[in-house]
Amino acid sequence: MQEVSTEKKEFVPNIVAFCCNWCSYAGADLAGSSRLSYPANVKIIRVPCSCRVNPTFVLKAFQQGADGVILCGCHPGDCHYVTGNYYTRRRMALLFSFLNYMGIEKERTRVEWVSAAEGARFSAVMNDFVKTISQLGENKRLSDLRVKEGE
Amino acid sequence: MLKIAKERLNELYAKINEAFGLYIPIKKAGEVNYHVWGEGKEVSIETLKTVKSPKNMFFPQSENMMKFKTEDKNISIEDMNFEKKPFVLFGVRACDYKAIDVLDKVFLADPVDTYYQSRREATTIVTLACSKPEESCFCKVFDIDATAPKGDVTTWLDDNYLYWQANTEKGEKLTSLVAELFEKGGEAEVKAQQDATKAVIDELPFSNLDLSRFKPENLNELFNAKEWEEMSEACLGCGTCTFVCPTCQCFDIRDFKTNDGILRYRCWDSCMYSDFTLMAHGNSRTTQMQRFRQRFMHKLVYYPSQNGGLYSCVGCGRCVNKCPQHLNIVKVIKTLGGKNDD
Amino acid sequence: MKDVEMKMLERAKALLESGEVARVIGWKKGEFFYDPTPASFETVDELKDFVYNWFCGANLSKYLIQMSKKEGKTAVFLKPCDTYSFNQLVKEHRIKRENIHVIAVECLAKLNIEAIKAQTDGIVKSVDVVEKDVKVVTTSGEYTLYKPEVVLSKCAVCNKTHQVKDEEIILHERPVRDVDRFEEVEKLETMTADERFAFWKDQLSKCIRCNACRNVCPACSCVKCVFDNPKSGISAKANDSEFEEKLFHVIRAFHVAGRCTDCGECSRVCPQNIPLHLLNRKFIKDIDGLYGQFQAGETDEGKTPLTSYTEGDVEPKDVFNGEAK
Repeated sequence: MQEVSTEKKEFVPNIVAFCCNWCSYAGADLAGSSRLSYPANVKIIRVPCSCRVNPTFVLKAFQQGADGVILCGCHPGDCHYVTGNYYTRRRMALLFSFLNYMGIEKERTRVEWVSAAEGARFSAVMNDFVKTISQLGENKRLSDLRVKEGE
Repeated sequence: MLKIAKERLNELYAKINEAFGLYIPIKKAGEVNYHVWGEGKEVSIETLKTVKSPKNMFFPQSENMMKFKTEDKNISIEDMNFEKKPFVLFGVRACDYKAIDVLDKVFLADPVDTYYQSRREATTIVTLACSKPEESCFCKVFDIDATAPKGDVTTWLDDNYLYWQANTEKGEKLTSLVAELFEKGGEAEVKAQQDATKAVIDELPFSNLDLSRFKPENLNELFNAKEWEEMSEACLGCGTCTFVCPTCQCFDIRDFKTNDGILRYRCWDSCMYSDFTLMAHGNSRTTQMQRFRQRFMHKLVYYPSQNGGLYSCVGCGRCVNKCPQHLNIVKVIKTLGGKNDD
Repeated sequence: MKDVEMKMLERAKALLESGEVARVIGWKKGEFFYDPTPASFETVDELKDFVYNWFCGANLSKYLIQMSKKEGKTAVFLKPCDTYSFNQLVKEHRIKRENIHVIAVECLAKLNIEAIKAQTDGIVKSVDVVEKDVKVVTTSGEYTLYKPEVVLSKCAVCNKTHQVKDEEIILHERPVRDVDRFEEVEKLETMTADERFAFWKDQLSKCIRCNACRNVCPACSCVKCVFDNPKSGISAKANDSEFEEKLFHVIRAFHVAGRCTDCGECSRVCPQNIPLHLLNRKFIKDIDGLYGQFQAGETDEGKTPLTSYTEGDVEPKDVFNGEAK
């Protein structure tokens, strides 16, 4: 006989991680080849540089169902394009502060610097971010109800 | 005629809301628009002009039409034009009521727009006569009597009472539902208010605008008038005039991808926008002057020539109040209309 | 203000008559005394409708994008706040500076007719300003209103001075006032996240996507806006969901961050009176707090905070209420 579960389904967050091609994406690769685990619900989007990420991408990710958005780039000073991540840092500092001003939880967004050699760090960062978002719960304030229709 | 003391209006709203949904001008975040009534909300029927006109109730700014889903080679379509629950639209002014006539001629003509129709049929309209018209009002130009709007029920408001008179079967039905709250009387007060208001309206600056030149036979001459260039010079190309207008009826149809398929919705569009009626070859009107001209020619010439002379402006004056750079239909009428204001 | 108007008119006539300029950009009278329209005057005869009064709030800078491309020189009357937008547009190569003759005119704050109507009864017949008193005559009587309560929101906290002028018409000096333009932003910052969310939800749910804020904005000078571009993936003509209300305003505010001069036109033109300037001012406040005092439009050269950086910039996670932790 099939048992009917009365327990509420555990919340599994959707995480979108924008990773720069040269450092963080390679870091993720290293994490994988080193058999370090990071949660499967982190969806990585590879970008040429963290500064390719425009605020629309972040909002769009939330609209399409992300519960948290994280940007990973080379450590400041190590950008493959020399200065790209410096601009990222300013942009995202302002964007996240602005979202907070609009009442949107600032913990849902994060910027981390992960180099190609930091597989372990990549895994730790992702585990920590997923944990934070799991505690925070579902993204309601920046979601688009239309997207979730039919789910 | 019936009347109810102003202090008891909340009881009236509650009673109507019990049986129907009640949409009424409510002040929210500083501005008055039509919202669903609820206990504790700030009703403001005294407000002469809601920012958005009540057309939003029949022809919402955005409205879902259908959903598509593809499974293998099959496409399923789900109609989203559900049966609408009956609702009461309360406090509609004479100009806005007349605007519904203008919209009806478009949406209820063959082929009938069923989305519009289902909302229209579900509505009982309670109009409210004006007693404090503004200098931007010019409904008189379009032969609208602001002191005696039609509708299923007509009401008048003074400092002490709301006066109530049913005009149609729907109106009678609504009246019988709330009759216990009312007492009889009010004819004399209403008459006095009407006379006083009419005297004010006669003196309004735009009450005698001359529309005599806006006739189909003058179409070419008006279209080619050199004044359009100057009149449209400051136009920003925003959609404020179109979106606050009670008679503007253009819409766009768009698709949105959901996790489950495609949602097709329609939303208001504005002929003032550079991407209005955008086609593969580009836009048919490439300059702001052309777009500006289109809007006013449509209101004053094209529409009336197709609808027995009925103008698709009702003189509500919202564009006069709201245009960021103070361009408006009054200036167009004065410039091209006729001799009254020379 | 009448004396200033006379002087401006005199100057406009002289410039047109001498052929120094081909056109003058100013304001022409509307249907009432309170609804002037931006206009270009090409002949002395057209100047009969010229007006400059307490209601000329419109910023004329953006019109210069088109005007500076025309044949001949264009003279323009700019209020203090307008000159910042002018500089910013010159910096972004949107206005050809050499084709423009800037006449700086005094401002002394502009009035908001909606605020005046809200505080009076009857039909407004005339408005006169004496120091801080606004004397209003309506069909119902006479009123004396307190000027700071009926000025445009952009004027309420303005201390701007002309940043660019080829000549000036200033008959009355405006005293520097003790005002803090970030007061309202700070008030929001001290609210809880829930309260802030509710505040913006109420405000932005009024948005009808008329694009007036965007189209009037001197910083919004893109040839094609992402919201009009079907290929952008975010184009829309209405807010079909609550998300789209936020998307439009967040992206717009971000896009002008570091370039917004706080001219306040967005709030002036919003038909739903959404306090849009509070969005832009948050960015301005954060930029000041994190990267040092910066006023867009003070000059027509140099980098903006978002097109520059320092190696020691604050990390996004260390930002709290616009300051580094």
